[in-house]
Amino acid sequence: MPEDTISLIQENVIQGRVTRDDEGMDEGMVGQPGVTELVEKALASGLSIKDIITKGLSGGMNIVGQKFEAGKYFIPDMLASAQAVGAAMEILEPYLAGSGINAKGKIIVATLKDDLHDIGKNIVSILLRGAGYTVKDLGNNVDIQVIVDAVREEKPQFLGLSALLTSTMARMADVIQMLEENGLRDQVKIVVGGAPVSEEFAKSIGADGYGADGFQAIAVVEALNSGIEN
Amino acid sequence: MPRKGILVDRPYERLTREQVELIHQASMQILTDPGLISFNREAVDILHSHGAAVESIPGDHQSWQVKIPEQVVLSAMNSAPKTVKLGARNPDNTLIMHGDEPRVYLITGSETNIWLDVDFPTYVNKTDPTREIRVPEFKPRRGTVDDLCQSAHVCEHLEMVDGYIRTVNIQDRDITEDNKDVNKFFASLNNNTKHFMSGLTSLKQLDNVVRMAELIAGGKKALEDNPIISFITCLVKSPLQFVDDTTETFIEVCRRGLPIVVSSSPQAGTTAPIKEAGIMAQINAEVLAGITLGQLVNPGTPVLYGSVPVRARMDTLGDSYGSVETSQYNIDCVQIARFYGIPNYSTSGVCDPKIPGQQSSIERLFSDIVVTMSGPQFLHCAFGLLDCNSVFCLLQAVLDDAHFKMIEFFLRQPRVDQPELETMLKQIREVAATPQKLYISYIRPLLRSGEISGVYPFEGDGEADDVFELAYERMKELLARPVEHIDRETTARIFEEIPGILPRLNIYESGS
Repeated sequence: MPEDTISLIQENVIQGRVTRDDEGMDEGMVGQPGVTELVEKALASGLSIKDIITKGLSGGMNIVGQKFEAGKYFIPDMLASAQAVGAAMEILEPYLAGSGINAKGKIIVATLKDDLHDIGKNIVSILLRGAGYTVKDLGNNVDIQVIVDAVREEKPQFLGLSALLTSTMARMADVIQMLEENGLRDQVKIVVGGAPVSEEFAKSIGADGYGADGFQAIAVVEALNSGIEN
Repeated sequence: MPRKGILVDRPYERLTREQVELIHQASMQILTDPGLISFNREAVDILHSHGAAVESIPGDHQSWQVKIPEQVVLSAMNSAPKTVKLGARNPDNTLIMHGDEPRVYLITGSETNIWLDVDFPTYVNKTDPTREIRVPEFKPRRGTVDDLCQSAHVCEHLEMVDGYIRTVNIQDRDITEDNKDVNKFFASLNNNTKHFMSGLTSLKQLDNVVRMAELIAGGKKALEDNPIISFITCLVKSPLQFVDDTTETFIEVCRRGLPIVVSSSPQAGTTAPIKEAGIMAQINAEVLAGITLGQLVNPGTPVLYGSVPVRARMDTLGDSYGSVETSQYNIDCVQIARFYGIPNYSTSGVCDPKIPGQQSSIERLFSDIVVTMSGPQFLHCAFGLLDCNSVFCLLQAVLDDAHFKMIEFFLRQPRVDQPELETMLKQIREVAATPQKLYISYIRPLLRSGEISGVYPFEGDGEADDVFELAYERMKELLARPVEHIDRETTARIFEEIPGILPRLNIYESGS
């Protein structure tokens, strides 16, 4: 019953269940296949990648977004669903070429040198994966040179920089300057965020976008991505 | 099932057991030296017939010096019930108060003369006329019976309000000394199904309001079993005086066996010593004298140990309910009442400013938290009251309800046991092994179980402070929600048997 599998994928995205061990929103779901098991099953059944992604994963996330807007879902619910989609996209990545689905792009994220606060960056990573992006997370306390090298080697469309401290926030400007010095600035859109960062600051250092929170970060990346595609 | 109230796991106490006993002993000494002055002859006779020494005081007023021996007090205290039930029109709103159990019921009140209306006019920035802001404006006016109906209506829907003391004095042109009691009782009972407590304006109306309660409860016996009304009297005027008329009212209520609060409200610095030991010894003596009188009138009368101590303001010598010492005195009284095993009527949330704002929030929340933590059974927590109980603002009552919800959450008992810790250890180990090291997924099962406190309910979207506007919207929402009125047949009987109730309060006849 291929259609059922797609529906189940969508339902389990809504439930935020990555694997069969997850609880989900409703009672009694532990033990039933989660999104990853259902995607594996869908692939084995020969279902189209496009249907799995557009009807199952994106369809589920759209409903999750509506529930969040209506105040029925909270951020932990959104993150659980995004995690489920992210896990599914990892399984599907090898099949994307030739599926008619374009990969949304790659983004490198990092928290800057001398800053160990990475909760925000981790949440943004989950949401980006849930939105269909390939995320390379460099971690926290990351040296500027490591970021520049990663941009050169990975050739991402986006670079996301996070800081919680005013002292490390200033290093975002250093990253942009070093990317310019290395002739890499034009290759990547840079989005910054973190508690002390503001839109004005982002503009002042020449960043391409600013996200006040995880959801805004996704919206900014989506908007920039739309610009790239156009 | 009675209401749950807030069960305080380990109540906050300021005094040691030895200090409480010292205060008790000092109070006993006060009751014999100097004793009390009574301006009520009947109280003197009752106390005298049970062993009090009585001596007439020369002067214009008829007054007597009454010295009550310790044995008389202790004997009377033995007959005072240690558990008091306050019934309600809706039995689910019954309050059961055990003197030794720190379960806190939150009650509105008390009577204010001024009702504060709220409006939100728009102001334009002089230098930038494109910028507008809505600012709350508070307009005081005399309270009316319609206001009382509105207040009772909203308090019916306020989740944290366990019982209702009327919040506003009705001052309509057609309200007189003779019909005030029946109208305030009917307006409150008809718009609120929780327990109703009140003082009496005229003793002549006592039997009318008791009859009204009997009709609503279903008869005399039904009212005994489910006392939907109770009374409060300030029979003691500090320092150490039985007032004539309120003592007479007190005696008559006790004769009818209905629950009553023996209340004393000394002001530290003027009518009581400002030092903690002194005001405690005095207020305890005053309340014990009242309880003793009540038990001698009718042994077994359900009484609450009513303590409303307050410190004087040093600039005006008015009451300063917002002072820190006032909370200290109240907490001490809770502990002393618990020493006797008699349910305590305490006070919190009374504040000094005239309108809602930062000062009122800070003062009321401070005392609301600390006095609740001390575990009084009946906490008159001044929902909506301002200006030392002179002003009532319905908007403030809505805010207070939200704040008490936070206090209730704060006082929940912690769950720390072996199974819980084993679950937590498993969770910690699981998360430690993940790359992102986030516990967020474990929040989900708790999100809708009530185990996680909510955000502040009146938080605005932007940087503007929208608290008052959002609370106002909530207030209107609660006013639009229906209440369960007294049924048509009972209403008809009440209007037939009880004289003086304003016809416009009959919702079945007035079309309102």
